[in-house]
Amino acid sequence: MTMINKLILLLNTFAGIELKYNQMASFGNAFSSSIGKKLIMGITGLFLISFLAVHCFINALIFVNDGGLTFNVGAHFMATNWLIRAMEVVLMAGLLAHIIQGLRLVFQNQAARPVKYAVNNGAANSKWYSRSMGLLGTILLIFLIVHLSDFWVVSRFTGIPTVDSAGHENLFAVMVARFQTLWVVILYVLAMVSLAYHLLHGFASAFQTLGWNHKKYTPLIKAFGIWYSIIIAILFAAMPVAIYAGLIK
Amino acid sequence: MSTGNMNLTLKIWRQKNTKAKGGLVDYKLSDISPDMSFLEMFDVLNEELISKGDEPVVFDHDCREGICGACSMFINGRPHGPKEGVTTCQLHMRSFKDGDTIVVEPWRAKAFPVVKDLTVDRSAFDRVIAAGGFISVNTGNAQDANNLPIPKVQADSAFEAAACIGCGACVATCKNASAMLFVSAKVSQLAQLPQGQPERYRRVQTMVAQMDAEGFGNCTNTGACEAECPKGISLENIARMNRDYLSAKFVSEEDI
Repeated sequence: MTMINKLILLLNTFAGIELKYNQMASFGNAFSSSIGKKLIMGITGLFLISFLAVHCFINALIFVNDGGLTFNVGAHFMATNWLIRAMEVVLMAGLLAHIIQGLRLVFQNQAARPVKYAVNNGAANSKWYSRSMGLLGTILLIFLIVHLSDFWVVSRFTGIPTVDSAGHENLFAVMVARFQTLWVVILYVLAMVSLAYHLLHGFASAFQTLGWNHKKYTPLIKAFGIWYSIIIAILFAAMPVAIYAGLIK
Repeated sequence: MSTGNMNLTLKIWRQKNTKAKGGLVDYKLSDISPDMSFLEMFDVLNEELISKGDEPVVFDHDCREGICGACSMFINGRPHGPKEGVTTCQLHMRSFKDGDTIVVEPWRAKAFPVVKDLTVDRSAFDRVIAAGGFISVNTGNAQDANNLPIPKVQADSAFEAAACIGCGACVATCKNASAMLFVSAKVSQLAQLPQGQPERYRRVQTMVAQMDAEGFGNCTNTGACEAECPKGISLENIARMNRDYLSAKFVSEEDI
């Protein structure tokens, strides 16, 4: 019996429904098979991609350049809206699933070739970033630890120290203060380069994994994925750079 | 044997048996004709080795016309060498330059153990096929072919998938040693034809389960397999297999 079936059985027992195991069909290794593992990577990946769009839009409000007033309104909405807060839990779960499953896949895939080639010309048949998703993902993981402790921990747990002229918690001030240090800005920009390459492969790859390969739509998905990866990464990278350069005050 | 003017340094993987530790051994070859196939060049080398009383290099080969898929050689970092859309027997020495050093290794995958030198055991592929890569047909006369109308695009697509010769280049070149392109071709050639429908969703599940059991890696969509496949099997087949597999797992009421 698989974990999912055990869970369904348990839920039925608590609900007072008598269900025999032979009345159920098993999901089997739907999630633990090779395709199942990819399914988890694909779904969580697309979910994280959609999150990036929201995150990028809210953050891009700093480009209004009004001392962070508009941005702080956006940040306040994100911090107080119950639906967003609920999705935050889903986001963290999705992020963790993506990271854990990704790392497991890296190790399993390495084990599938115990003796390496003396000469392997991977560049002849594939893009380097498609072969380096584990490495790019690990760079992003290290960045995320820094990034979450920079802003998420501050806004959710330790508290934002000041308020702006409109009376909103001044997350913008925290951001400006953080991006006065050169190495922090460099770290953020490098992480966004990693993000761009991670998405360049990941975006279209997720659709392929889900089986959504179609002569009509795949060219569109591929083109959109490339534009999306580049635009999102440039917008994110522009934020610390613009603040460091003093263009956003 | 026509002689030519190419002098080559070969670095060939020699390994006594599955358990033994192997290593690259250097060989010098001279007067090789650019018109020889890569395997003929190996024949020349083996003749020389035999005349010297050395053990010849063991390698798989059979039809030597690009349809059997036996000639598994990882040449200078690529399966079947530097040319696209060919097997090793279809590769000619004119694809190399005089004085080149050529590194030849066996397919590397946990699921393809080395038998000896460049020969690997690819019976994992046979077990995947045996797990479901067939259709069950009642005995008796075959019905008239025109009884089963099949759209041209579908017939073509099934035929393209059926072009897979099971050589294992996809596994060899994949950074994860994944067999997804092979298995998806074998799933797709039947999934697109009426004869394959009754067992379609059972087949994809049993074949994927066997593929996983053999210890192949997981696909990460790098596309290396498609680029190196001598028969040009498309990644669309992998998407089709994923689609069928996920529908089977989440929609079918049958336990597999």
